[in-house]
Amino acid sequence: MTFGAATEGGEREPDLRVDGSWVGAPVTRKEDPRLLTGGAQFVDDIHLPRMLHAAFVRSTVASGRITSVDLSRVLEVPGVVAAFTAEDLHLGDITPRLDRPAEEHTETSMPILARERVRFVGEPVAVVLADDPYAAEDGIEAAEVTYDVTPPVLSEVQALAAGANAVHDEAPGNVLLDVSMFATDGIDDVFAEAPCVVHVRASTGRQNALPLETRGVVAGWDPRAQQLLVQTCTQVPHQVRTALAGSLGMAESAVRVLVPDMGGGFGIKCVVGREEIAVAAAATRVRRPVKWIEDRKDSLSASFLAREQRYDARAAFDETGRILGLDVDVLCDMGAYSCYPFTVGIEPLMASSEMPGVYRVPAYRVRGRAIATNKAPTAPYRGVSRPQHVMVMERLVERAARELGLDPLEVRRRNLITVFPYTGVNNVTYDPGSYLESLNLCERVITDEGWYETKRTAAEQGRFLGIGYACFNERTGYGSDAFAKRKMQAVPGFDISEIRMDTAGSVVVTTGTMSHGQSHETTMAQIVADKLGLPLDKVRIQQGDTDRVTYGWGSFASRSITIGGTAVALAAGNLGGKLVELGAHLLETQRDNVELADEGVRQRDDPSRALSYQDIADVAYLKSHLLPKDTEPGLQASASFDGVGDGTFSNASHGVVVELHRDTGRVEILRYVCVEDCGVAINPQVVDGQARGGIAQGIAGALFEKVTYDDNGEPSAASFLDYKVPTACEIPDVSMHHLETPCLFTDNGAKGAGEGGTIGAPAAVLNAVNDALRPTGVELNDTPITPQQVFDALTGALEVAP
Amino acid sequence: MTEHDKVLLTLQVNGASHEVAVEARRTLADTLRHDLELTGTHVACEHGVCGACTVLVDGDPARSCLMFAAQAEGSEIRTVESLAGDDGTLSDLQRAFSANHGLQCGFCTPGFLMLAEGFLAERPDAGREEIREVVSSNLCRCTGYQTIVDSIQDCAERRRETKETSA
Repeated sequence: MTFGAATEGGEREPDLRVDGSWVGAPVTRKEDPRLLTGGAQFVDDIHLPRMLHAAFVRSTVASGRITSVDLSRVLEVPGVVAAFTAEDLHLGDITPRLDRPAEEHTETSMPILARERVRFVGEPVAVVLADDPYAAEDGIEAAEVTYDVTPPVLSEVQALAAGANAVHDEAPGNVLLDVSMFATDGIDDVFAEAPCVVHVRASTGRQNALPLETRGVVAGWDPRAQQLLVQTCTQVPHQVRTALAGSLGMAESAVRVLVPDMGGGFGIKCVVGREEIAVAAAATRVRRPVKWIEDRKDSLSASFLAREQRYDARAAFDETGRILGLDVDVLCDMGAYSCYPFTVGIEPLMASSEMPGVYRVPAYRVRGRAIATNKAPTAPYRGVSRPQHVMVMERLVERAARELGLDPLEVRRRNLITVFPYTGVNNVTYDPGSYLESLNLCERVITDEGWYETKRTAAEQGRFLGIGYACFNERTGYGSDAFAKRKMQAVPGFDISEIRMDTAGSVVVTTGTMSHGQSHETTMAQIVADKLGLPLDKVRIQQGDTDRVTYGWGSFASRSITIGGTAVALAAGNLGGKLVELGAHLLETQRDNVELADEGVRQRDDPSRALSYQDIADVAYLKSHLLPKDTEPGLQASASFDGVGDGTFSNASHGVVVELHRDTGRVEILRYVCVEDCGVAINPQVVDGQARGGIAQGIAGALFEKVTYDDNGEPSAASFLDYKVPTACEIPDVSMHHLETPCLFTDNGAKGAGEGGTIGAPAAVLNAVNDALRPTGVELNDTPITPQQVFDALTGALEVAP
Repeated sequence: MTEHDKVLLTLQVNGASHEVAVEARRTLADTLRHDLELTGTHVACEHGVCGACTVLVDGDPARSCLMFAAQAEGSEIRTVESLAGDDGTLSDLQRAFSANHGLQCGFCTPGFLMLAEGFLAERPDAGREEIREVVSSNLCRCTGYQTIVDSIQDCAERRRETKETSA
């Protein structure tokens, strides 16, 4: 297969099946039939004999000491079977570790059930088991818990104030992570002497990743396997096994984590939940299976949140708009606890490392802090910090363009990295991408569609249209070297794949990644089918089972197709080698005279001499006496793959046209254009779907969603009536365009595609809104942008206008 | 009678009659899922906003999390399990969702399918904007909705073509 370099306008043909291969074809998904017919099995669809149902007694105060827990009335409720507190279960805490010095990181622990102290409203205090979920809900209402309430810390201002209450005693100042990085020599002089310095202070709202399926688990002792079987919807089954076994004091071999069909995750299911462990522990106590399904209220208020950040950022420019320096202070409100395995460093370390993005930044200084507050804890959420810091970076560029009287697109072009590989001031080496090409194509689509003329006409009619862009990259395919720079004690990176061919010539391939909507059963099968020349229905992907998958890091950081996809390709290649070797033996010829073809092997010098996979399998399994003496029976192979260097960078440019409505302050998106480059798309339809879905979540953050609290720390958006999830009427159709700069180290040139949409949308939408507000002189920096803000800005404009 | 006493109901679901004894407070969604083991209907918010639990009640899309099972007695209920043929052959609507990548994780999909099934029966001539309006009844977190609108529009257009051809 050959790939052309990305060129301007080099769009991928939508239905191209490259060279007759599966890779590149928009094949229909293998997952679909079961999901469309009600035949899938999600965690709440599992029913086991004698199964009980769990519900959690949760803290009603944001901060305080538990003075008493009385569950006696709970046990009198009809249907309730048992109730346990932390004291009853004796579980070890979850302690996420970073290999950083004490001045940078303060280690804290998350108990499974709260002991002595509670740190946010919704924190689990006790677990109640009952015959059915209704009775379990009745049970938790009968619990009596008293607290000695202390004033909660609910914002970074409160957290950092002198004399603030400490969320964790170990961190009296509520700073859990404080890193200062890069600090290029002479950066203060750069700013002092620069002809143009712009300043952006921005804040972004706390969000919920919000998979439609909430979290849930079914756990019970399996007497045949002598194992605790934990069926849970998680993106990281092996990490759940580690944390769970550690907390319960069991050997990991005594725990099997099995992942059923999963209704989305987006990061919230990529950390270990305390409820998973509490339910497993309770199940072992009562020696019956126990199911817990999180309700939406708890999912919105008491699970894991993300994205609440404050930026204080300056950038220095020369007269021509070239960036001279970048100086950033980012505060991340991580809530009450650090998450396992990613730690409280997840957001500030990502922002600190990646902030320069697609631009050549000669001088850089950043301080990143993780702040503890009395709010539900945080976890990685699709994009992790990048939706925020890209928005701030793009705001700095826009501000500079205004100060210098330049076209903001021209300022971008003057600063974009165009020569690769490029090693930035942040010590990151960027592999080839199409930063400039994607921006140019994006602008051309918006221009060709006539949106600049539409905007002019609308302005003459007194309407407020704006056009905004975002240009960004996304590091995907982090290997262990790249993750090691984060200094997590558990260092993710590699993936292992094992492949077996059966007597029918079909293969089962394991992956340590964990699809939860991203279509890996299809895309990874496409990769394997190409390697072995198999039809798709003869390839089955196996994932999400700690007994069948040797080890896996799961799915996050857009790693699945880059790392996992390469591992399955290499494993399939190794099996292919074995088939060639056996074929050569059976055909009585040299190994290099045999090749794979037509679901079998054939002789290169005489293609009429051929064997099908089934013929070879027949020998490997049923006539093993015919195998060479040093060959083991069976057809299996394995491979592992680790990301190379600093990983591979996908990139994209987004262009958005908005209209602001004077009477309501509504931001209406009239057009959304996305030009993405994730290298080779294994399945273009899936790539489009990932981008569109990601963009919808990015728009949600830009315009709608925000987790809020009252002064006591009570969550005030605990249902879909208050937490505004956008619908089909708010999310526009997205015009997708593609460039293809193949990754040089993945097996098929693919880069990650899972998160990019989410990353670009807030910046593009904010820039478009600010463009529309240009006549008013108002510039907004914060998200979500509220109708009230827009209304106020426009009302001012109307007063100024003659 | 207390809230824990059970009531005996006869429910007509997907053309079959089922007798169930459930607490009066039990929702239709829970009864379908956990008593009749029709787990294709999903529950995602339990307050009637997301629409993942949408089923047809006498042909009309309804939130089964906002109905008690007892309220469904005497009505004809249809769930996602009724769409495909007995041999598993996907219906035209299901095929359209697959062809247009109208689903990713698939958790919201049964709700959208039943919403569309009821809607297209009533409004076979619906155009894209009307379909979009109806799609906004339910929440999806994966697709960005565009391909769900595409799927339903595709199905509606094919049905109209088929009707014209056979007319």
